[in-house]
Amino acid sequence: MSIKKTLLMSAVSMGLTAGIAAAETTITIATVNNGDMIRMQGLTADFNEKHPDIKVEWVTLEENVLRQNLTTDISTGGGAYDVMTIGTYEVPIWANNKWLVSLNEGMAADFNKEDLLPAIAGGLTVDGELYASPFYGESSMVMYRTDLMEKAGLEMPDAPTWTFIREAAAAMTDRENDINGICVRGKAGWGENMAFLTAMSNSFGARWFDEEWNAQFDSPEWAATIDFYLGMLNESGPAGAADNGFNENLALFQQGKCGMWIDATVAASFVTGADSTVADKVGFALAPDNGLGKRGNWLWAWSLAIPSSSQKQEAAKAFISWATGPAYATLVAGNEGWANVPPGTRTSLYENADYLAAAPFAQMTLDSILSADPTNPSIQPVPYTGVQFVAIPEFAGIATQTGQQFSDALAGNQTAAQALANAQELTTEEMEAAGY
Amino acid sequence: MARAITTQKKVMWTALAWAFGLTMFFPILWTFRTSFKTEAAAISDPPVWFFFDWTLENYVDVQARSNYPKALMNSIIISVGSTFLGILIAVPAAWSMAFVPGRKTKDVLLWMLSTKMLPAVGVLYPLVLLAKWLGVMDSRILLVVVLMLINLPIIVWMLYTYFREIPGEILEAARMDGAGLKAEILYVLTPMALPGIASTVLLNIILAWNEAFWTILLTTVNAAPLTSFSAPEGLFYAKLSAASMMAIAPILVMGWFSQKQLVRGLTFGAVK
Amino acid sequence: MSTARSKSAARLMIAPAVFVLLVWMLIPLCMTLYFSFADYRPMRGIFEAWIGFDNYASFVTSSSFLKSLFTILWMVGGILAITITGGVLMALLLDGPMFGQGIVRILVIAPFFVMPTVSALVWKNMFFNVDNGLFSYAYKFFGAQPFDFLSQAPLFSIIMIVAWQWLPFATLILLTAVQSLDSEQLEAAEMDGAPALSRFRFIILPHLSRAITVVILIQTIFLLSIFAEIFVTTNGAFGTRTLTYLVYQRVLESQNIGLGSAGGIVAVILANIVAIFLMRIVGKNLDN
Repeated sequence: MSIKKTLLMSAVSMGLTAGIAAAETTITIATVNNGDMIRMQGLTADFNEKHPDIKVEWVTLEENVLRQNLTTDISTGGGAYDVMTIGTYEVPIWANNKWLVSLNEGMAADFNKEDLLPAIAGGLTVDGELYASPFYGESSMVMYRTDLMEKAGLEMPDAPTWTFIREAAAAMTDRENDINGICVRGKAGWGENMAFLTAMSNSFGARWFDEEWNAQFDSPEWAATIDFYLGMLNESGPAGAADNGFNENLALFQQGKCGMWIDATVAASFVTGADSTVADKVGFALAPDNGLGKRGNWLWAWSLAIPSSSQKQEAAKAFISWATGPAYATLVAGNEGWANVPPGTRTSLYENADYLAAAPFAQMTLDSILSADPTNPSIQPVPYTGVQFVAIPEFAGIATQTGQQFSDALAGNQTAAQALANAQELTTEEMEAAGY
Repeated sequence: MARAITTQKKVMWTALAWAFGLTMFFPILWTFRTSFKTEAAAISDPPVWFFFDWTLENYVDVQARSNYPKALMNSIIISVGSTFLGILIAVPAAWSMAFVPGRKTKDVLLWMLSTKMLPAVGVLYPLVLLAKWLGVMDSRILLVVVLMLINLPIIVWMLYTYFREIPGEILEAARMDGAGLKAEILYVLTPMALPGIASTVLLNIILAWNEAFWTILLTTVNAAPLTSFSAPEGLFYAKLSAASMMAIAPILVMGWFSQKQLVRGLTFGAVK
Repeated sequence: MSTARSKSAARLMIAPAVFVLLVWMLIPLCMTLYFSFADYRPMRGIFEAWIGFDNYASFVTSSSFLKSLFTILWMVGGILAITITGGVLMALLLDGPMFGQGIVRILVIAPFFVMPTVSALVWKNMFFNVDNGLFSYAYKFFGAQPFDFLSQAPLFSIIMIVAWQWLPFATLILLTAVQSLDSEQLEAAEMDGAPALSRFRFIILPHLSRAITVVILIQTIFLLSIFAEIFVTTNGAFGTRTLTYLVYQRVLESQNIGLGSAGGIVAVILANIVAIFLMRIVGKNLDN
């Protein structure tokens, strides 16, 4: 590892000289360009007011590009950023490589680590050290159109089954009027269709790997998952479902083109917000199950972390304390209303009467988050943690490729059996190459 | 052409050519118009063609989230800087290849061009490690050098083809008159090669301006050019259009104004 | 004409270009070569300097390798076919008698100035999108079912985007060539009663052959490393994973630098084979 060591040394020495010269500290923050983050960027003035000696530079990128930049930077020794926006998948892996700074010490007095939702904070903690602070947390749930449900003569239970969802989707579908019964992710990617499919497969009793790390795509449970998924989308899904990720489905739902949408709980404030044409006709339910004791919902948090290579860790901690601390909720509420507060990170938010009154989806979000169990994702025993991902470094690469297989099957370019066989083959190939 | 051309034929030809021209230009035109719509109007079904409330809010919004002047400045410095550095190195090389060819000249030229085919991502890690080791990540100088190297083969080759068009006798004559090597290049060769050099410069500024892979991966804030400009994720066609127009407008305008020079030189010795 | 003095001066003048390109080639390439024999997976903190040819073996034998070769061949071939046919037609069209030739030329040349990321984003969202894209409105307007370009005809869609960007380039070069055509020869042929098609076949096309070779050469150089358009539109799904994209996946998505570097070296070797092949043709065509 001599190359890396040299690099680290040079980075450290350069950083030191830079640190002495500057009286005003400038921190560079890398973040993803979705709604909540852009809102945070817009509120920078408030942070500057409280910390006039810290200047903030933003690097706002599209999610794929951001991930590519951050991984390249961190795995070559870091140095470009002081605060990074990363997900639940990256945090434990990066923390194990000693690439992140622990946030147990040095945060602002009002930060109150104990207030963080245990389910969310658990995924960001390694050996008792919190390595990233959640900016917003999410699970997944069913969002549905109350008016269309009524028209179809059905009633959504609080905890629906997959069978009910499929029947309801078929009943709500009205191709003449451009209404699709069900919208879910079909776009290939480990964070897109594979997040949905992996979570869904949990409720079908499937798992990615057995205890010996053998790929399980040849299991009957996975076959059932994929068959159901393809069948349901072919019956009641939108045209071009294989291209639709989170953003595309959000747009469809907001335009009134989806009867139901199973996706991130964080979407709730968007489908009931000002941009939505169906804001007053949205209901929420838990992600579906199959009566096996697991629901098809996931657990994720976009979090802020400090790379060990940062020379401005104190300033970075001050920023993270501000952006993910309890006062930030009040700040957003004052500017944009309570419904737009980033959800799913703090217990106190779900005890706040103002928030509960303004956000009809609050309770369902909390219930969904609390019902996800990253340490026991499937009903079968597994050697890994993570609900909609497998917390090993190889997962992102493998799942993106398997995701392409299933996306291809959804587009009708190959059968479910072919997709599963290909997924099994390439996963086995990659895992062997990785030395499992 | 000397033949008499009937007006009817000319009108038909004009209509056809304009139809093709407008088809090619349509995506840009559509983006331009969408950038002045509200988000709702941008996705209305059926699409609105001309009558909508024109608004500048998308541009204001994109500017509010990013530092456009800085990104524009970086784009200009990087594309112009890398091109001129490239020209500086390429002119002598192309000159000597064109006028004093050796047995190996052709091979050297071919080898240079083949470096252009190196897949960028293959050398990504080495380059990032090197840049970090030298402490030049996120600096304009790094991008100027990298983009110069990427486009140098094209520059050398273009210049070589132009220089070859210059008859050797003129140089002989100049030498007879006692002109030194320096004078030969400065007073004889350069004026004759100027159109070729101009179009090489223009083409390379465009290529460097549009280079997205390296400019995104090697920069964060200080040197980030317009390629790193992004619209918010989701169904924001109007903002996407505004950000796109802001990124391409400068080079588009430059291209249009200089298209005569660009076209004149764009022959690669292909026309005799 | 070359005296000893100018010969050595010439060597001196060529030196900087050769030197910087050598450095550019050698340092990153040697590092890549070094990594390609190593088990280098930073996410696992693994760095083992020598594992022999394992990376090469697993890269070349993986099922995706051959597919990616065919994909890139199809892609480059398709784009070349469209831009050259289209370019010749456009050049002949623009050369004809018309009003406002300058403006039409400005319109045609514009796509060349649009950066690949932008054009891919615009095409993907505003034209190909099934729900809100312009093509879908057109389909619906004519009472047809909207077509999902990016998943049903992914290769075609990407070819179309890239061809749109490069058609102006081909048109410009071919136009210059068409304009240099000896019109008297054409007229003589017309007097002799040669039909338009055979005038094109026997006079125009041979005249353009040199320009066409140049277009093929330059475009191939750029198209072999095509990346942004795939990254933005399909992310390599639906069989659009080219060799370059496969290397990208190995390096950045799987974070297996050793394997990716081996792929990079394989790509360099293949690109050089293509280069030599192309140069042979071009070299011949440019010499005479």
